[in-house]
Amino acid sequence: MLRYTLGRLLSAVPVLFVVSLVAFAIIAIVPGDLASEMAGPSATAEELARLRAQLGLDKPLLERMLDWYGALLRGDLGESILLRRSVTAAILERLPVTLGLTFLALALAIVFGVLAGMVAAVRPNSWTDQGVMALALVGLSLPDFWLGLVFIWLFAVQLGWLPTGGYVPLAEDPLGWLRAMAMPAGALALTQMGLLARMTRASMLDVLRQDFVRTAYAKGLPGWVVVGRHAGANVLVPVITVAGVSVGILLGGAVVIEQVFALPGVGRLIIGAIQRRDYPVIQGGLLLTATIFVLVNLVVDLLYAAVDPRVRYDR
Amino acid sequence: MTAEAIAAAAPAARPGVVARALAHRGVLVGLLLFGTVVLVALFADVIAPHDPVRNNFRARLAAPNEVFWLGTDRFGRDILSRIIHGTRVSLRIGLMVVAATSAAGALIGAVAGYFRALDGPLMRVMDGLMAFPAILLAISLAAALGPSEVNAAIALTVAYTPRTARIVRASVLVVRELDYVEAARALGAGHAHILFRHVLPNSLTPLVVQATYIFALAVLAEAVLSFIGVGPPPPTPSLGGVIADGRDYMLEAPWISLFPGLAIAVTVLGLNLLGDGLRDVLDPRMKVEPR
Repeated sequence: MLRYTLGRLLSAVPVLFVVSLVAFAIIAIVPGDLASEMAGPSATAEELARLRAQLGLDKPLLERMLDWYGALLRGDLGESILLRRSVTAAILERLPVTLGLTFLALALAIVFGVLAGMVAAVRPNSWTDQGVMALALVGLSLPDFWLGLVFIWLFAVQLGWLPTGGYVPLAEDPLGWLRAMAMPAGALALTQMGLLARMTRASMLDVLRQDFVRTAYAKGLPGWVVVGRHAGANVLVPVITVAGVSVGILLGGAVVIEQVFALPGVGRLIIGAIQRRDYPVIQGGLLLTATIFVLVNLVVDLLYAAVDPRVRYDR
Repeated sequence: MTAEAIAAAAPAARPGVVARALAHRGVLVGLLLFGTVVLVALFADVIAPHDPVRNNFRARLAAPNEVFWLGTDRFGRDILSRIIHGTRVSLRIGLMVVAATSAAGALIGAVAGYFRALDGPLMRVMDGLMAFPAILLAISLAAALGPSEVNAAIALTVAYTPRTARIVRASVLVVRELDYVEAARALGAGHAHILFRHVLPNSLTPLVVQATYIFALAVLAEAVLSFIGVGPPPPTPSLGGVIADGRDYMLEAPWISLFPGLAIAVTVLGLNLLGDGLRDVLDPRMKVEPR
């Protein structure tokens, strides 16, 4: 297990290296003079020079890159041009909103997606199966940000059940948080729900064909025990794999959904930075979300290996 | 791209694959939905009842009526016409992304799968790109490159190429061990000849299915880019852009945002149905992959 853990940790290093390289390159690919574009047409030569120095644009590319890595190793993502404060602090402050949204959506997607997939797989090709799978397909074909707007129109404007937007911290008022997060998390979760339902159904069908399931039925166990416990336990492994991937997709979706519901998370910070060309914030946001995603998948992999010894030998 | 074109492009397809595809209910429904969108986009100039970019302040924020079937926006522009023309932008970007990700993915996947020494470095780069949430990477790249149709396509290509590369690599790894490849090698064929004449053409079937899904993802992602404001610049009518136009009018004019979303959904649903159907027809053993 120790060997596997070390190997897995080491394999994250080149990935994170490429991630940081891409984040660095974001500034390098901007066409034209970055500083004058950021400062606007009214900037004086002095302001431009200061901005160039702040962004390190006055140095050669290689030196900038070394500076970038040096700062990264100290946990320093640079200084936001607009907020005039450290990017790390600005992001960390907003991270709980984004992570809360992402993981609430993930929970919704797993619970309802797996349930739907199991219901569909129990009677393959029945009306229930076809209906559930059709819904799953429609679900994963809808744009999530648009669904958010539809929810606002339906649940806030027409029915008046939920607030149109705004944020309440979880620690202050858990129920208020849930009310504020219900629509964004629901809109965000639907795509992944559809994917998980399809995946659960497929692996459930595989499992239900196996001998031990027949044995369980033969010894007289009720259907729900066989499906829920015997088969369910075996479906969990692929579900967790997909859920690990889902985290990344949900993190990306959250960036856009926060925009729709005016949630003060990392996504709004990044989109705001994009609109005002605050590149250090864009770089930091990219880097941090990717790192979270890599770490989540690392934890998922290690959990597996701890639970299922076969994994340690497979790879 | 129609199902026939996709199926015909598949080199590994046995005779009758088109017939089998057309007998598949999902393929038929998908073809019907996506085909309709393609026709609408092709004949947008003829079908659109109004000019999609002409302002008409006397009719601003009009509810759906007999002149403006789906209502108008704050400039009095016809929503239906903007949606009809918007499908053009979506499909154009989708097509560019499919072509570019397929070509880049095939090349990277083939080289990585065939030459062992290059496998590690190439796939680590792909892993690194896949570590970003694809949509966030695309938004950042599109923002850095500047808002335009081509830049949106470039950004999405970078974000989605790792998927195609991985899939081609996986099938190249299988094909390179087959007997006819060894036979070609025994006959003295060079690496380039073996790779591009024998291995790659026989490794592309999974890519056909993946390309269909990538088209769907690209249409969804293009809408996000336009919604955020880093897609094709206004006044180009793009579906995501029209949704963004209606954001502040959900109370008094919800039709602005609601209808273009349906157009995206129909396009993506059609493509997903096509992808599922092609997967069934081309290789029944392939499972639903997490995307």
